[in-house]
Amino acid sequence: MPFNVLVLSCFVYVIFLFAVAYVVERRAARGRVAWLRSPLVYTLSLSIYCTAWTFYGAVGYAARSGLEFLTIYLGPTLVFIGWWWVLRKLVRIGRQHRVTSIGDLISSRYGKSNLLGVIVTVMAVVAATPYIALQLQSVTLSFAVFASGTPNGWAMPDRDATAIWVAVGLALFTVLFGTRNLDAKEQHHGVVTAIAVEAVVKLVALLAVGIFVVWGLADGPADMARRIDASKIADWPLQPGRWFGLIFLAGAAVICLPRMFQVLVVEDGDERHLARASWAFPLYLFLMSLFIVPIAVMGLERLPAGSNPDMFVLTLPLSEGRGGLAMLAFLGGFSSATSMVIIEAIALSTMVSNHIVMPLWLRFRPQTAVSGDLRRIVLLARRCSIAAVLALGYGYYRLSGGSAALAAIGLISFAGVAQVLPAMLGGIFWRGATRVGAVAGLSIGFVTWAYTMFLPSFGPDGVISARVFAEGAFGVSWLRPQALLGVEGMDPLLHAVFWSLILNTTAFIAGSLLTFPGPVERLQGAAFVNVFDEDDAGPRPWTRGQAEPEALLVMTQRILGDAALGLFADEAKAQGKAGYLPDASPEFVERLERRLAGSVGAATAHAMISELVGRDRVSVEDLMAVANEAAQIMEYSGKLEAQQVELSRTAGALREANEKLTQVSEQKDAFLSQISHELRTPMTSIRAFSELLMEGDAPLETVNAQAGIINTEAIRLTRLLDDLLDLSVLENGSVQLDVGLANLCQMIDRALVAAGNTGPERSFAVDRNIIAEDIFLRTDADRLVQVFINLISNARKYCDAVNPRLRIVVRQKGGRVTVDFIDNGTAIPKASQALIFEKFARLTDQTRAGGAGLGLAICREVMTNLGGSIGYLPGQGGAAFRVTVPLRIGG
Amino acid sequence: MKRPRTLRRTPLFLPRPSYRMRRLVDAARLLPVFGGFLLLLPILWGPAETSARDTASAGMYLFGVWAVLIGLAAWLAPGLADAADDSDAVPQASVAPDGTEGDV
Repeated sequence: MPFNVLVLSCFVYVIFLFAVAYVVERRAARGRVAWLRSPLVYTLSLSIYCTAWTFYGAVGYAARSGLEFLTIYLGPTLVFIGWWWVLRKLVRIGRQHRVTSIGDLISSRYGKSNLLGVIVTVMAVVAATPYIALQLQSVTLSFAVFASGTPNGWAMPDRDATAIWVAVGLALFTVLFGTRNLDAKEQHHGVVTAIAVEAVVKLVALLAVGIFVVWGLADGPADMARRIDASKIADWPLQPGRWFGLIFLAGAAVICLPRMFQVLVVEDGDERHLARASWAFPLYLFLMSLFIVPIAVMGLERLPAGSNPDMFVLTLPLSEGRGGLAMLAFLGGFSSATSMVIIEAIALSTMVSNHIVMPLWLRFRPQTAVSGDLRRIVLLARRCSIAAVLALGYGYYRLSGGSAALAAIGLISFAGVAQVLPAMLGGIFWRGATRVGAVAGLSIGFVTWAYTMFLPSFGPDGVISARVFAEGAFGVSWLRPQALLGVEGMDPLLHAVFWSLILNTTAFIAGSLLTFPGPVERLQGAAFVNVFDEDDAGPRPWTRGQAEPEALLVMTQRILGDAALGLFADEAKAQGKAGYLPDASPEFVERLERRLAGSVGAATAHAMISELVGRDRVSVEDLMAVANEAAQIMEYSGKLEAQQVELSRTAGALREANEKLTQVSEQKDAFLSQISHELRTPMTSIRAFSELLMEGDAPLETVNAQAGIINTEAIRLTRLLDDLLDLSVLENGSVQLDVGLANLCQMIDRALVAAGNTGPERSFAVDRNIIAEDIFLRTDADRLVQVFINLISNARKYCDAVNPRLRIVVRQKGGRVTVDFIDNGTAIPKASQALIFEKFARLTDQTRAGGAGLGLAICREVMTNLGGSIGYLPGQGGAAFRVTVPLRIGG
Repeated sequence: MKRPRTLRRTPLFLPRPSYRMRRLVDAARLLPVFGGFLLLLPILWGPAETSARDTASAGMYLFGVWAVLIGLAAWLAPGLADAADDSDAVPQASVAPDGTEGDV
């Protein structure tokens, strides 16, 4: 294919991407970003994990080591399907703390330390350099593949020149769309959408080549499987250490790579999108990997021996005369390389400007306070950083000779960024992780990685001399770069990953255990680890100092430009103040800091606010005080709750007492009306008959009869009054008991005789057990007999059976004797059973025979005075009462 | 004074929907462990030692496991997205402060 056509199609493709990014930016500026923030775009943007390394390198990897290339995609798959563990927390933290980059995350977690930001930035830049070189190399290689053997048209410039042009073009694109604005949260809708489009292109391209290989060149999957078995990679030389190590390394890299962090957390951190991506992104990786082995096998089979397996994706269609397919594959590879470089450059430039350029600028020129001046500096810094990052990549490409296998270069980069893993995971899961520990771990890990992996990648005598390889630094044999501490025979990659991560983690943990974190560190540690605990507002860091709102506004304007005024006006309105200057309340200052952190990083924002509010604005004592306050509030509310329980208990008791009082009052009223009624009835007849007598003209018999009636009524009245008197004496407890020894049997005899007066016309059978009744009691016999009489006459009066019978059952149990009086009449209904012992309680009026309804009330009082009790005995086939008396009173 | 158990009182037993949600989260946490085991299984076969031609069959096994894991993750994801939203609203009800499960 002519080289000029190739360049032209590249150019058209890039212009198309420009157009996509431009349109999207315009839409986003008008606030129409709904579909941009869809899970689909999110998942597709994640696909920058699949760089040219995947697109070209995976086939080369498979041609060299069989299925081992899968580890690079299986690791991320495990991380994504396990998103509930780590990714969810990272995304939530990123959103809540407006994290701008992975360096910002680490720096912010460990007390907004700029030192950590610098360390992570340097590490990320160094680790990304080989990776960017790899992209340049693959694009250059693919150009070379197309251009070879085409003498007419433009001449293909030499490889180095091609790489330069590619690097410059990428830098331009990135600067144009990556640094258009200084968004509050580092979001670049245009770029992300262009990346999503590129993701589709590379997937389609690789699938197309794969389908062509399996169904075009081979005869379907079954034939393909036979060809795989026949190829030289048929026997899979799995190395257990590398298999496990690479899965782990790839899993670590997918969260630690600056560009992955950028798209995963910074650009569009949303848990719902993450839920979708948790399976959609592994699916993307699955599809990307599906045809790698067939392509590799077919390439090995058909292409001449010695052709570069890294380019099979291109050379295979070319050699089969499929120019169109090869073009598509070329664009796919181009997409893979460009998308990675663009996002990586954006991520790295953000880190460089926020953690290196800004702090330096603030230190050396802190006084220039013109609106938006810092903003221009930041943007300029980012543009320069992008150019610098690409220049570094190009430098590495030239230096390393551009000949090493793609896969090997990619793994160096992975191992480099994986050094952030301990500090990151420790930071979000362990509150005890401290800044010193993180610094120690990162530095040691980085140095070990550089010494055992990065520097040796330049080859013997590249940076490290061959002598050091053989004999170790300073001639110390256990410092040999690929046999640290004398561990020989290990795979160099595993050796480097193992030692760097072990030493890194050890230093991190030891440093954290041995040091004491500062107040801001502790605040941030708690905020990060407990990020899902949202109701816990935590202590405010800016409680002490006082800042002038105007100074804050000036500072904010330096970063945000004109947007600052709007921000302050909104806040003033929220505080209910007119104008542009809200009160610098701790809450507002904290919000402002987070907002600024979204532009210049947490450490810089914190430093700038500290300048105005005062440096030592929060101490450990403050934190303790706030914690104590919280504990006191907890305790106080606990007390309140206890008091409330107590109160409701008291209220319940009061309500009961009130009900009882009401009842008693009603009883008293009833009693009074009852007693006046009871007194009035005999009084009426006495008065009527005495008036008749006073007229004095009645015959003698009539006089006698009338006098008799008067007498009867007077007796009834007296009895009533006696009863009342008796009852009141008994109720007061001031009754004099005549205690003596008495036989129960004799007492019942007396009672039966006395009660015989009641209704003497009725025959009444009595069942007794004389032997059981032969008990001597020490009690007031007269009073007890009075109770018995009452019960027996009641039975005589109210028993409605045709042949009334009364059963008297005596039992002795313990120190008490029970005497049951059971008749065979109608039982007392349950509702009335509690009522019968009340004063003037009579169930029916039909058989009233003189009693005033005080009988059972008196009985109850008597029994109480005798130390016993009386109660109704239900379920005996008739009305039944049980009297319980102690064998000896008071004993 | 002994601090009464007042604030943050997490219920000992949960109604059916929250209970299902917790089990869903359990499943989501266990899925990568399960997947990791299946993907490391080839180490036990020791394909390097044998002379059998196992790239094709092992490849099919790995892609099969991969597809199953993707399917399971896709099956769990919608429910988990809801759970993530719920924990926005009542964080301590579904997820304890330290991010671990509370009482069940």
